[in-house]
Amino acid sequence: MPTLTLFLLISAALFCIGLLAALSRRHAIFILIGIEMMLAAANLNFIAFWRFGPQPQSPTGVMVAIFSIAIAAAEAAVGLALVIAVYRHYRTTSVDKFDQLKG
Amino acid sequence: MSTAAFIVIAILTLAGALAAASLSKLIHAAFCLVVAFVGIAAFYFLLGAEFVGLVQVFIYVGAVAVLIVFTILLTRRADENTGGFNWGGVVIAIAVFSGLIWAILQTPALSIAAPQIEALTVKRIGEVLMTDYVWPLQCVGLLLTAALIGGLILVMEEKR
Repeated sequence: MPTLTLFLLISAALFCIGLLAALSRRHAIFILIGIEMMLAAANLNFIAFWRFGPQPQSPTGVMVAIFSIAIAAAEAAVGLALVIAVYRHYRTTSVDKFDQLKG
Repeated sequence: MSTAAFIVIAILTLAGALAAASLSKLIHAAFCLVVAFVGIAAFYFLLGAEFVGLVQVFIYVGAVAVLIVFTILLTRRADENTGGFNWGGVVIAIAVFSGLIWAILQTPALSIAAPQIEALTVKRIGEVLMTDYVWPLQCVGLLLTAALIGGLILVMEEKR
């Protein structure tokens, strides 16, 4: 039987893989992929804590996860629209090239 | 909850996520991300949150992954280098991971088995959504509308 610790370890690993993608890749879409992965890891934590919580339970964790998924979808749509808008302007999606505001 | 299913799903999810973060071809990374998202949905099914697992498959695998693939195809150039890598990020990620592992393993209250629960039906979720969570639901509707309009305005052709 998997315990709560195992689920938390899995979601910690997933979060850190997302962090790695967001921090170390130089391509805008990879950064978005990393952010999506971190959000999914947080949702997994919500559901795990809800499942292992005290009884009788109200579906709070499930509700938070559903709202979080909706907000993540909105974030992905706006983020990818931003990538397309920036690509139109600079003709590249590498974040190192977006240095117009650099002093 | 069976241990064998947990191990298989964990390996699948983490391998998909690691491949999505480290592959140099964007389109391969997008498909590995789909594998990782399906694995997370399987975790939700394992944890007894079937509705959230379905929502995860619909939204992440059905919508977000397709959106990412479309953006990759719209912004692709043959001469572009997507393999750039910054090793400072790896160091930070490993440091955060060891910190989290330490904190989780230091807490003895977390090593509990899953209690028996009555199944959470979609009817109950709908009832709660329409009573206790009706204001957050309205706010999410407003946010999605704003995101829709914002996304459209961002990608509209600029008039000169």
